Amino acid sequence: MSEAQDIVMGAVKQALSGLRGKTSLPDYESEFLFSVRHKESEQDGWTEFGENFSAVSGKAMNEVGDLVEFLKEGGFEKGYCDPELKEQVGEVLVAAGLQVSYAFDHQRVDDYVFGITRASGVIAESGTVILNDEDTVDRLAALAPWVHVAVLTDQKKVFANIPQAIENLGNSSNVIWVTGPSKTADIEGILIEGVHGPGVQICLRIGGEN
Amino acid sequence: MSKSVQPIDAFARDLPRETRDAVLSSVMTRTAGRKAKLEADYENPDDLRRLAGKVKQHTLEHLDEYLEQAEAALIKNGATVHFASTAEDAREQVLAILKENGAKRVVKSKSMVTEEIHLNDFLQKNGVECVETDLGEFIIQIDGDTPSHIVQPIIHKNRRQVAQSFEELGLGDYNDDPQTITRRARKHLREKYLQSDAGMTGANFVSAESGRLVIVTNEGNARFGMAANGLHIALVGIEKVVPRDKDLGLLLNLLGRSATAQQLTVYTQFINGPRSKSQPSGPEQMHVIFLDNGRSRVLKSKERDILRCIRCGACLNVCPVYRQTSGHGYRAVYGGPVGAVLSPLLAGDDFSKYADLPKASSLCGACNEVCPVNIPIPELLLRLRSRANQEGIKSAGSPPMAPFAKLATSPKLWQTAMTASKAMNHLPITMMPVRPLQEWLKIRTLPKWSGGEFRRWMREREGEPRMDTNKHE
Repeated sequence: MSEAQDIVMGAVKQALSGLRGKTSLPDYESEFLFSVRHKESEQDGWTEFGENFSAVSGKAMNEVGDLVEFLKEGGFEKGYCDPELKEQVGEVLVAAGLQVSYAFDHQRVDDYVFGITRASGVIAESGTVILNDEDTVDRLAALAPWVHVAVLTDQKKVFANIPQAIENLGNSSNVIWVTGPSKTADIEGILIEGVHGPGVQICLRIGGEN
Repeated sequence: MSKSVQPIDAFARDLPRETRDAVLSSVMTRTAGRKAKLEADYENPDDLRRLAGKVKQHTLEHLDEYLEQAEAALIKNGATVHFASTAEDAREQVLAILKENGAKRVVKSKSMVTEEIHLNDFLQKNGVECVETDLGEFIIQIDGDTPSHIVQPIIHKNRRQVAQSFEELGLGDYNDDPQTITRRARKHLREKYLQSDAGMTGANFVSAESGRLVIVTNEGNARFGMAANGLHIALVGIEKVVPRDKDLGLLLNLLGRSATAQQLTVYTQFINGPRSKSQPSGPEQMHVIFLDNGRSRVLKSKERDILRCIRCGACLNVCPVYRQTSGHGYRAVYGGPVGAVLSPLLAGDDFSKYADLPKASSLCGACNEVCPVNIPIPELLLRLRSRANQEGIKSAGSPPMAPFAKLATSPKLWQTAMTASKAMNHLPITMMPVRPLQEWLKIRTLPKWSGGEFRRWMREREGEPRMDTNKHE
């Protein structure tokens, strides 16, 4: 134990010594945290996710074709794709005339207009995409491009709500929940999307039921 | 400045109209948004606030145990844990870690605790560039200003002022369109990230159960700062620990809604150590510095409840005093109702320097009503007023109470004064009998004097039958 630690811990212990009638740790059911909308929702998880994701300016897609159309219409012609998604996504984009790289070069992160990486799950209640360090091929590839596409391949990873997603955080050294595109309201409270991260946040489900 | 005007009153009086309008319009929107979001999402949002308050209060009252648990869990996760007793210790520790790694360029995400220890200036003096990456904080940094709100640091500035600062920094010709400003910041700061040697953050919560460090941002700046370099340093107040992972769900639900009317802040990171082996981007080293800097002293005091605070800023937004003064009127890192409690307490031996702040409140209770962890702020303000009184600290703006005490302890004198003072209804301010009262009344209006009414009412009732107070027992 370092000297500094002794001092801090000693001060904390001393501050609490003699304190009587301490508050006990309350327990509560997960349901206590559910929003009314979630409790009353009768939709399947993916549909509920799509609605809530859309409410935070995210775009949920069910078909690679929808992604191709979106990228082409927006003029987002060049980007990166996780090699693991080459067959299911990358090649479809290439066939449609888009430029896809399967290597992410840190020296030229601004050359990728879109970045396609795997999602580790979604949360229906909040419209959140979950990324973790193991499934995300490169943190920068999911952050630096203007358009980020998180691809959900495992249908079991649709978590109903926040408590369920917390229970399933797992052992990954880094989990990030992404609830919409990067945003700020720092200047006069005006909402601007795409500050440091993506200005467009997409979640594409593949291999699921339509 | 007249001795009879509180410093915060003087600040509010002299605040440019433009600033007051900017603050007011922003906090009104935020207050309305928070209320609408919580009420739409929960039948009884107060139940959630009360529960969160108990969880945090419990944690504080067992902080020694939870800190030890959190430390052990962080070490198990591969982080290096440090402790700092004072601001100076913390600054030296940050510098030492940077030096060990030859790090000269740091990108920092928004963190009140680094403001508290004045880290940026210190690093700069020691040859380290430390760039603020939150848009608002970046603007604060280039202006050499300080944040005036916990969540919205440049609430006191308008787009024209920001555009001027950007022009002076050489980020393009004058343009006050918020979107253009944001895009220019994106480009400028992206280079800073990519050239950085280290990322500095605070933390919103630390789970003692798992050692998970939780950091939330809307802009994604903390994420970028932890993707573009190999060294992460988190400076964390010791009060940020929570017992269990499940409590993170409870507190995140309240933080987003209370701060920005969002169910969740856009980027919520759960950091369980350095980057995983398969991950090419991000820190290979993670350092967590637990900072005391007066917190253990607050923990010892009867005002320890203030350490529950999760820095959402809702109490600032709703406070009638903050709305008139902005955050700079509080002369400290933490403004608003939470700051009026925290600043004098954290000041330690300099308590008297901030002893006037607890008086900067009408005790309306709105801060308590919106607090996501149900801190009884008005009660704490009263305690601090009483402490200042007991310690004999005289601050401007308070009429001397000794004559009142004399009157109030002598029924005869009181009765005479009550009746005689009716004359006050007809006196101009300049003829008021007590000089401090004259000063006080220059910026306040007294209600019409009706002294003696209660006694008359009692006299009239004396003949009436009395209420049987035992009946309800």
